[in-house]
Amino acid sequence: MPDLSINFAGIKSPNPFWLASAPPTNSGYQVMKAFDAGWGGAVWKTLGVPVVNVSSRYGSVNYRDKRMIGFNNIELISDRPLADNLREIEEVKKYFPNHAVIASLMVQSRAEWHQIVRDVTNAGSDGIELNFGCPHGMCERGMGSAVGQEPEVLRTIVEWVMEVAQIPVIVKLTPNISDITEPARAARLGGADAISLINTIQSIVGVDLDKFAPYPIVDGKGTNGGYCGPAVKPIALNMIKNCAQDPEVRLPISGIGGIENWRDAVEHILLGASSVQVCTAAMHFGFGIIREMTAGLEQYMTEKGFHTIYDMVGKALPNVLHWEELNLKYKVTANIHEDKCIGCQLCYTACEDGAHQAIALREGTRVPEIIEENCVGCNLCSLVCPVENCITMERTDSGTEHLTWKERTEAETIPTTFNDDRAGGLHHWVPEPTAALGKEKHKTLPGKARQLGNPAPATDVVNES
Amino acid sequence: MAEYLPPTTEQEFHANFAQIKPRMNNTEALYESSRCLFCFDAPCIKACPTGIDIPQFIRQINTGNVTGAALTIYEANYFGNACGKVCPTEVLCEGACVYNLQDVKPIEIGRLQSFATRQVIESDRKLFGPGLTNGRKVAVIGAGPAGISCACELRALGYEVDVFEARSQPSGLTVYGVAPYKITNEEVLAEMAYLQAQFGYRVQYNSPITTREDLQALEEAYDAIFLGIGLGKTNALLLPGEERENCVGAVEFIEQLRQHHHRVAVGRKVIVLGGGNTAMDAASESSRLGAENVILAYRRGKEEMGAYDFEYDLAKSVGVKGLFNVAPVEIVGNGKVEGVKFIRTATVDGQVQIVPGSEFVEPCDMVIKATGQAKQTHFLSYIPGLQVDSKGRVVADAYTGQTTNPKYFASGDARNGGAEVVNAAAEAKVAARGIHTYLTSTN
Repeated sequence: MPDLSINFAGIKSPNPFWLASAPPTNSGYQVMKAFDAGWGGAVWKTLGVPVVNVSSRYGSVNYRDKRMIGFNNIELISDRPLADNLREIEEVKKYFPNHAVIASLMVQSRAEWHQIVRDVTNAGSDGIELNFGCPHGMCERGMGSAVGQEPEVLRTIVEWVMEVAQIPVIVKLTPNISDITEPARAARLGGADAISLINTIQSIVGVDLDKFAPYPIVDGKGTNGGYCGPAVKPIALNMIKNCAQDPEVRLPISGIGGIENWRDAVEHILLGASSVQVCTAAMHFGFGIIREMTAGLEQYMTEKGFHTIYDMVGKALPNVLHWEELNLKYKVTANIHEDKCIGCQLCYTACEDGAHQAIALREGTRVPEIIEENCVGCNLCSLVCPVENCITMERTDSGTEHLTWKERTEAETIPTTFNDDRAGGLHHWVPEPTAALGKEKHKTLPGKARQLGNPAPATDVVNES
Repeated sequence: MAEYLPPTTEQEFHANFAQIKPRMNNTEALYESSRCLFCFDAPCIKACPTGIDIPQFIRQINTGNVTGAALTIYEANYFGNACGKVCPTEVLCEGACVYNLQDVKPIEIGRLQSFATRQVIESDRKLFGPGLTNGRKVAVIGAGPAGISCACELRALGYEVDVFEARSQPSGLTVYGVAPYKITNEEVLAEMAYLQAQFGYRVQYNSPITTREDLQALEEAYDAIFLGIGLGKTNALLLPGEERENCVGAVEFIEQLRQHHHRVAVGRKVIVLGGGNTAMDAASESSRLGAENVILAYRRGKEEMGAYDFEYDLAKSVGVKGLFNVAPVEIVGNGKVEGVKFIRTATVDGQVQIVPGSEFVEPCDMVIKATGQAKQTHFLSYIPGLQVDSKGRVVADAYTGQTTNPKYFASGDARNGGAEVVNAAAEAKVAARGIHTYLTSTN
């Protein structure tokens, strides 16, 4: 039986799953309910001078029949009195002494920071998270992502906090920045114990086509909000990797962004996170999803022979290189397994229009054929194929050669100017337009309907509402 | 024991004849349309006689452009709503869906099609209008799928169109001949009203064209005449006792049912003669009308029936029993039908042969003959120079629908000998184009 418990920068938790600072951690009632359901920790919804929230405040990105693959909010920090929150933190810790309760904080002056840090420590918090990420509402007041985007300011505030902090301090970073490692380094220089990322991404999830206003709509108007949910995971994973690989950061990382199931969590952990925080999934499906997450993680660890979370933290990092370090000699080619092909020909159109014209159609069959000499092994066909294992990418190089762009650069075997034979740009030949049109003209849709001719359209314009 | 109690009210009738392709709600349509792969050169399009751009309209539904989806459908097929419900989609578009090859449920194309068109019909949104008037007039005989489709297309091309219909309602087969669990009268008539409002052709009901004089009047008043006359009554079996009470033709039985619903009486024990789709419908309908016992008698084996497998399955699912390799020799009874005398048959080298001495009487109190419909050859003989083939079908050019009398064009059942609504809709459009070519080139 693997051991799921963690000691994250000194914060102990029975498992690595924490609820992120957000609406699900707005009250003692919710946090205790979550702990009962199986969550290992909770980062309390950000405390600060209580704000007033608007209605409505959430927006959703639906994709075809899937709801909330992306989500955003224009909600601000806690709108409840500080005393109520502190009292409830104390109460939660009384009932759940072994679970992690982390207070998320956001205030302005040094004195305010000192005061609130002492307050939450007195209330029994196991740790503190500094909210330097909120990308809407608070940043205009000089807080949230406004701090996260200024490494010097961030460092100064971390230093203020560390002056009085007696419990571990996590700095939560904003992704609304070009290089995430800069604020991460500043957090370390300021003395923080850990970092957490990512906070939400500045976004507009959609525009109402009738009201001409962005979602969510507040009395006919809207504003940009913070984007999260399954859609942001790729961005989060990359930023976690960047921080985990940076030798000047070297802090424990709490991974946040698009975690909805055990697989998402494992991906965060393999790229360097040692605790994970979840919000959108809990808002969508409730606290009960934790059962699937812990069960899946446990099963995975058992199958892989990992005894503790720390056996797997960062396990994928050695395989994440810079592009210039990749083997240019490695080659894969697409292979269509005819017996599995259902003849949708999505691979054909994708390769024809979107890639390298390496798939051909054959008379008498709907099963397409790979033109091997054209196939660059890009993967597109296998990605669009709706049938499992119907198109596989198979290795076609001998496996004996290894050469990287970096090595070629060092060996000076790459052109650096167009006026170099090897760059193919000598004399800058411009193709004749007709040369590109020489290809056989394909029969395209729609077919019979158009051949039979169409009736005259009605005079009034069809305006979809 | 019968599965259905005889319906005594309209409500009970509708319960017994619940739609097998019920209307989708918005969520269902969203989920179903999400599954479409948007195949290249999609097999479903090729399988549709009218060539509807199916992936396109499904994607339009999925993106909330239901009006656009209906436009895509109607551009190809004026019976868009009806075809979505009455087409044998299992062997056409849905049968061609690539999901079948993955043992995944094919996209419910028919229901999606009706979803989009019905929404537009109900919104009364104008998608089409007649073309610029070109001063020429065409008479259309028959307001069935062929006649109405031809009328729509001709109006779009700017012709003045008068449709002459013998009965009191338009749409032919879809309102008089299709099983009620496939489509309701209200739905059919709503689509007809919608098309007429869009295109503005005129229809004269209760106006049968039956004599040479009638035809002559049309020939004088119109530049071309379209024959969308369909088929005639059920063929006679020429068996002794066929005239007995309760021995009826399937076409006539279904027509009664469609018009009078629960007020149509059915026997307690019904024998349906035939192995085609109409036989399956008649058997299934008898059962749903509360018959205790329904037997489908066919002279060959089960595998040789002309009906689609899914139609037979549908009949079986409501309790219809099959009786194979039997040929009727006499309808027995005393005034009323009391049974059918059969003789057993065997198929030898593809030929049906009777087994001597194997006669038996299967008792029943109703016989429904689903043994094919007669061709209207007598009427067609009034048209000078009109050629009819050995099977009684009007001979017409495949690309123009023009008959051997250049002023007459034909499509639908009269020409193809009896096929689906969708075939009539497709062929009528071709014929309308043929009329247009003919009239513009003989200026």
